[in-house]
Order: sequence, then C-alpha cells, then structure tokens
Amino acid sequence: MAPQELPLKVAVVGHIDHGKSTLVGRLLHDTGTLADGKVQEVEAMCRRRGMPFEWAFVTDALQVERDQGITVEVSYIRFRSARRRYVLIDAPGHRELVRNMVTGAASCDAAVLVVDATEGVREQSRRHGLLLHLLGVRQVAVAVNKMDLGGFAAGRFAAVEGDVVRYLASLGVPPQAVVPVAAHGGDNLARRSEAMAWYRGPTLLEALDRFEPPPPATARPLRLPVQDVYKFDHRRIIGGRIESGRLAVGDEVLFSPSNRVARVKSIEAWSDRPGFIPPQSAEAGQAVGLTLTDEIFVERGELLSHAHNPPLETSVFRARLFWLHAAPLEAGSRLTLRLGTAEAPVEVQAIERVVSSDDLAARDAARVEYLDVAEVVLRARRMLALDPHADNPATGRFALLNGIEVAGGGIISMEGYPDQRPLITPRAANVSTVEHRVGPVARAARNGHRGGVVWLTGLPSSGKSTLAMTAEQQLFAQGYQAFVLDGDNLRHGLNANLGFSPADRAENIRRAGEAAALFAQAGFIVIAAFISPYRADRDRARAAAQQPETAGFHEVYVRADLATCERRDPKGLYARARAGQIPEFTGISAPYEPPDAPDLIIDTCAATVEECAGRLLEYIQRQFAPPDS
Amino acid sequence: MSFDGDHLDRLESESITILREAFAAVDRLGMLWSMGKDSNAGIQLARKAFFGRVPFPVIHVDTGLEFPEVYAFRDRMAREWGLDLIAAPCPPIESMDPTLPPNARSASRKTAGLKNAIARHGFTGIIACIRRDEQSTRAKERVFSPRGAEARWEFRTQPPEFWGHFATRVPPGGHVRIHPLLGWTEVDVWRYVQREQISVVELYFAKDGRRFRSLGESDITVPMPSTAATLADIITELETIRTPERAGRTMDHEAEDSFERLRVEGYM
Repeated sequence: MAPQELPLKVAVVGHIDHGKSTLVGRLLHDTGTLADGKVQEVEAMCRRRGMPFEWAFVTDALQVERDQGITVEVSYIRFRSARRRYVLIDAPGHRELVRNMVTGAASCDAAVLVVDATEGVREQSRRHGLLLHLLGVRQVAVAVNKMDLGGFAAGRFAAVEGDVVRYLASLGVPPQAVVPVAAHGGDNLARRSEAMAWYRGPTLLEALDRFEPPPPATARPLRLPVQDVYKFDHRRIIGGRIESGRLAVGDEVLFSPSNRVARVKSIEAWSDRPGFIPPQSAEAGQAVGLTLTDEIFVERGELLSHAHNPPLETSVFRARLFWLHAAPLEAGSRLTLRLGTAEAPVEVQAIERVVSSDDLAARDAARVEYLDVAEVVLRARRMLALDPHADNPATGRFALLNGIEVAGGGIISMEGYPDQRPLITPRAANVSTVEHRVGPVARAARNGHRGGVVWLTGLPSSGKSTLAMTAEQQLFAQGYQAFVLDGDNLRHGLNANLGFSPADRAENIRRAGEAAALFAQAGFIVIAAFISPYRADRDRARAAAQQPETAGFHEVYVRADLATCERRDPKGLYARARAGQIPEFTGISAPYEPPDAPDLIIDTCAATVEECAGRLLEYIQRQFAPPDS
Repeated sequence: MSFDGDHLDRLESESITILREAFAAVDRLGMLWSMGKDSNAGIQLARKAFFGRVPFPVIHVDTGLEFPEVYAFRDRMAREWGLDLIAAPCPPIESMDPTLPPNARSASRKTAGLKNAIARHGFTGIIACIRRDEQSTRAKERVFSPRGAEARWEFRTQPPEFWGHFATRVPPGGHVRIHPLLGWTEVDVWRYVQREQISVVELYFAKDGRRFRSLGESDITVPMPSTAATLADIITELETIRTPERAGRTMDHEAEDSFERLRVEGYM
C-alpha cells in the first residue's frame, strides 16, 4: 500500500451570520462529497421548520443549531479536491463560543476567513484573525461572501478586500487570496461565477489547493516531553512523543530541568507481527518508548533533548496569551501552567499590555478579561525547560489551568530575560572544598559583629550607591569592618567583560553575589549596590551568602518611582535611554522585578538621604550584632 | 522506521499519545469493547502504547442481544489478547425513557448499563473508540470529554482543547470520556485492520450478497447489500460508496434528534 498524505486541515472562521456553515455545506455538495440522501434529508428538515433550503444544516447537526440557525460546536468535515484531501473545521462565529473556535483552529494548517460583503469586517472577524495568528496559523484566504446581495458589484468587493487585507497584514498574516463568493448559489466556490466575470483570481477551491502542508519539524533540535515512565516488566521504558528533531539509539540525551544525562540504549516498540525488529531511530511526530544505559531518575514533565542542543531554563518568561475564562486574570493570580507534559504552579507577575481585538490597540490595563489577548510575565517557583515560540513552536507554547479548567493558552517570548541554564550548570569537575581553620564565630568575636551581606536593589538612580557609601562611611567611623560592592565599580574590573544583555546581566549578578559571599565569610559587612533586576539572580546571591553563623543575606528594596528616578538622573542615563541611545535600560526598555518579600524597604522619595542612611544603619547594627550581645 | 508522513503512522501515533495521556492522568481507567472494528483497532493501539498488554479492564456493555458470532468472537479474542474483560449487564427496556422512539429506547439500555458499570467498578475514565465521521453529533466531540455525576454530554460548555492540552482532570463525582480514534475515518480503520492483521467479526464480510457495515444489537441493526468478502474488497467498496456508515443502525433514523438525545444522556 502506497503511503498516503495527511489531509490538510483548514479552519473556516469569521463573524456570526457571515455564512461559514452555508459555505461549507455548499462546497461539500459542489465537490460531490455529500452522502446520498443528505440533500433530501436537509430539505425535509427545512420544510418541517417552514424555511427555505439551508446548506448550513449539513454540518449544524445539533437541534439548537438548526432551531436558532447558528453553529454552536465545531464540526470536522472531510472532502477531496482534485489535488488533495481536506478536513474542514467549521468554527462557530458567536462571541460566547470563542473557546470552540480556538479548539477547532489550533490544529489547523490554514484558514478561510469568511466576511459578509454587505457588513464588512466585524468584531469576530477581527478577533478570529488575531487568534489565528496566536494559534500559529499563517496561511489565510478570505471569502467575501453574499456578493449576490449587492448585485455582484466589483466596487463593494474592492472596499471590503482593502479593509481585510490591511487588517490581516497588520497582524502578520497577509491573505494569500481574497475571493468574492456567493456561497448559497455556489459562485466562485468550486465553480467560477459568471455573474462576477470581472474577478480574475482563483476560486475558493483553487485558493485551498494553493495552501501548502506544514514543513516537518524534523529539522529543529530534538525535543521529547516525557509523558510517563513504565515498568511493566524488567524494562524501565520512558514514553513520549517526539515533538521535533530526530533520535537514534546511542545518542547522548539530557533531561531538563533535572539536568541528568544518559545514553539511549534502545527504542522500544511492540508488534505481534512475526519477524518484527524494533527501530534504531525515530523522528518528530512519533510516539516512542526508550530505555537508557544509565539508571537515572526520570519522571513525567521532563524535556528530553540532545545534550549538545538543550532547551532554555528559566523560572520566568514573557507570554502572549488568549484568555477564555470568565474570571479575569490579574497581577498575582495563581494558576497551573501546562508546558508540554510538565505542570507547575505559576503566578502572574505583571500584565504588560492588553490587546483589544476591536481596534488592535495595546493598552495598559490591570486585568485581562474574558476573550482578551494580553502580554504578561509569568513566574514559576521552580525552573522550567522551554524554547521561545519563535525557535520551536511545540515547546514554546502552553495552556493555563484555573483549578481543573483549561482557562487560556499562549506563546512564549524570552525578550528581556536570560537563559538561566549557564548560571546553574557547574563547568569544572573534580573540585572539592578545603576547610578554613578560622571560622565565622572567631572572626565575629574579633570584629565585634558578624559578617554578612546587605543587598540593595532598585531602579537606576533610586539612591542605592549614595546610601551604600554613606552607610559604609558611618559604619567604619564606628569601628565596623564594612565594604561596598558597587555595580558600576565592579564593571570596571571583575565584570569588565560583560554587557547589558539579559545573559550578561545575570552573570554580572552571579559574580557579584559570589564575591559578596566571600567578603562576608571574611567577616565583613558587605553593602552590595546593584540594580539586580531579576528575582532569580537575587535569589542565587542569597543562596551564596547563606552560611552558618554569619548574619546571612538581607535584601533591601531601595524604592523610588520611575518618574522620580528619571528626574534625578545624575548620569543623564534616562535621557539617553529615552532617546534610544541605550538599549535594554532597566525601567525603560528592560524589566525590573521588585522583591516580593524584602527584609527592609527604604523609600528614598519620602525621606532625606540622612534619614534613609540612618534607617539602614540602625537595621545593620541590629542584625549584625554578635550572637551573645 | 521511516516516518515520511504516512497517514496511518501519524494516526497511530496520535492515538497512542492520547491513550498514554489518559493512563497518566486517570486513576481508574476502563476501555469500552463492543467487538466492533473500531474498538478492536483501539485494543491494538493500546497494546502498542503499553508494549504488548492492555493495562486496564475492557468493558463489554452487554444488552444480551448481540449476534451469536459477536459473543463467540468476544470470548475467543479476550483469551488470545489477554484482556481483563468485564461483561456489564444492561437493565430491561421497561425501565428506559418511554418518550424515546422504540429503537433509540432499546439503544438507551446501553447508556444505563454503562452508568451502572461505572458506578459499580468506580471508573473515573472511560475510553470509547467513536469517530467524528460516523455521525454528525459525534463530529462535535472532544478528545477528552469530562462528564459530571449524571454522565451527561454538556455540548454547550465543552472545554477548550488545543496543542495537545486536554481536559484530563476528572470532575468531582464524575468521569472523563477519552476518544483516541476521534480523528480516524471508517476507511482509515479498515486500512489499519488490514495493515495490522487485526481480527474482526466475520459478519463484516459479505455472505449471500449482504454484509454488516456497522455492528449493533441484533434487533436494531440491518445488513446492506454488498459483495465485499475480503478486507481489500471492503476498502475498495468504501472508497466509492455514497451511503452513510450508520444507515443500518435503525436507532439513528427514527427522528431527527434521536441520536443527539441518546448522546446527551451519556450514550457513547
């Protein structure tokens, strides 16, 4: 038997009553797809309801759909053209039924947007266009329907065509064809319309035949989300579907985020056919079972890749999402993230923009309402393995659960956020630590205070350095061993080879955190003054400084609103950032994540430098006192 | 193994992924087995998904009215395939909704039998090998279809389903229906039966100029005229035929809404 091509999946979308189901029903009839007796069956249904013949009844099978003349639920309909087989997915156009449209369109290779020639582009036409783009559908054709109602006029068509082309192009999905049709009579569906001889482009069926099947995902790096681990017999088999790339027996593979490495021992498959030999390799799209040469612990949710081409690791990412739940999404909302087979609790850290589908305008808003599209920042409590959607769609998109309900979905961007993998992966092996013979207790006894780290974080020009230097001076005068590590100063030496990309910022803070921990171990009170915009980086600095019998790590949020910082601007940096001369400037064009539970907040807008320094000094004297005082 | 977009390989892979997802998410899983071609293909897929054995019970919702050939097939294949078979009896027709047309009323015994089996064995997930192309209300089903305590199909509030993220969580007091063959067509199933050499009941093959295209209870199922005596014949026949698959299932055709009413109440 010759291998058969998969049918191409095409979603039919658009505003309610613009004629999607009529178009589908008529197209099925004109391509000879309908079963014998179907037309007579529909005639009888229409007679019973005392209405003219309705092509939509071919797919609108539910009673409520026929009685109210709307499509409620997606239908999957097959037909064949001279070129190939199709599955048409007839999606509902009603506002309340967008979750069904999403369900239908998410699996599609292409879409037909149906627009009523007499009404033009309406609310759901826009929303469906926006969702198509988000769902990853990039091939779109437009059917301008009901041309018969306007006397098949070329002028009317040109006006609607202009609108719809402009709109779709602005979304990044310019239509491949815009076809004037009259679905009820079959004009320009499968048959060229005599009434519209002025139109020279393809019929809708020809436009469908010009769509291309999606390119195979085998060219991308290997990604296999672990679905389950089976132990039915002596074998421990890892099950899952290869989302992209290829895999072969003997490959060295990495599981993220646990970061365990192993080699593929076998690809397991079962068949009851005699002489069956299990495969030696497999590729994107295949559901496989694997065994490993090394006994490592693996569980559902890990992402398998080749060791040399791993996914990113991060606990925070930016997302563009669609929200399908009645309860609005707000900063601080807690949800369950589903990313491949992984599940993790996440919190909405920030809502950056809400995109209205009415005018596509991006607005600042505190809430994401039902059916909105929004750009948000999501944060998990643990590390996640993922890819930006632009690099790998299959591992760069997710669903969100509110309780047990699927409430929304979205695609991932890492713009402004670093890959955390290089920061947590130790490079050197065979390293052990040597014990000091002088401990923190002895140092505290000699100095009269414990060592530790006071970490000042805040926007540029919030007052960190001023505060740090003032405190250092006063502490020294009082006999304390205190030393300031300042972001700008370190960038002249230890960190001179780092820039301001997310990855370099993260490395900058990693080094500063390690250096601060060393000073603290030496018995110093370290006052570290760094913008340190990412929570994950500050958490790592805290972990480095958490040493027994020292004063540990104290996160101080030096708070000042952006307007005040911008007014102070002693180095003129904000002005240059606003002028576009400094890319990735924190607060303007790069994110700042405030601490969620700082040990101390110093609001530099509300008090003088002396008052602020006094508060910091008082805090340090209390926290760094030796244990017996 | 080459994977150059072959249609059956893709479908097989999708179905295996769905079965594994169900097995990972649902505690008490059972698979409906009607001994029809679709559920036989479903069993083959489960054996492939779980490396040779079906790791959950298979349930025959038994009206007592199957054809004798079907009972014989059940007992033979359950042994051969090593299945953990549950034969679940159905309540008598007298206790069924009297407003249903007679044949649909007879079919509704199966809904009641299934609900009893779910309650008795504590199932929280039921795998059913229905397909979208069989019937226009089944065309509107989800791969994972959550059901409340009454097992009703709430088609107005079906959960969104995208990018392989299904509603796998079990509603309180209810169960989830899982439909691994939803995207297959009738011909796909026959091609797969042929490729995998899966056993099917002999009633599917023409005898004296007639064969059964869809197998239901002996009182409400009629054969169609056909000369297709082999798998290859059946595939050729279906490539050209223009009558619907369930034309011989009388319960579908008594009233416009009879199948929808059955499904809303929890029929497969």
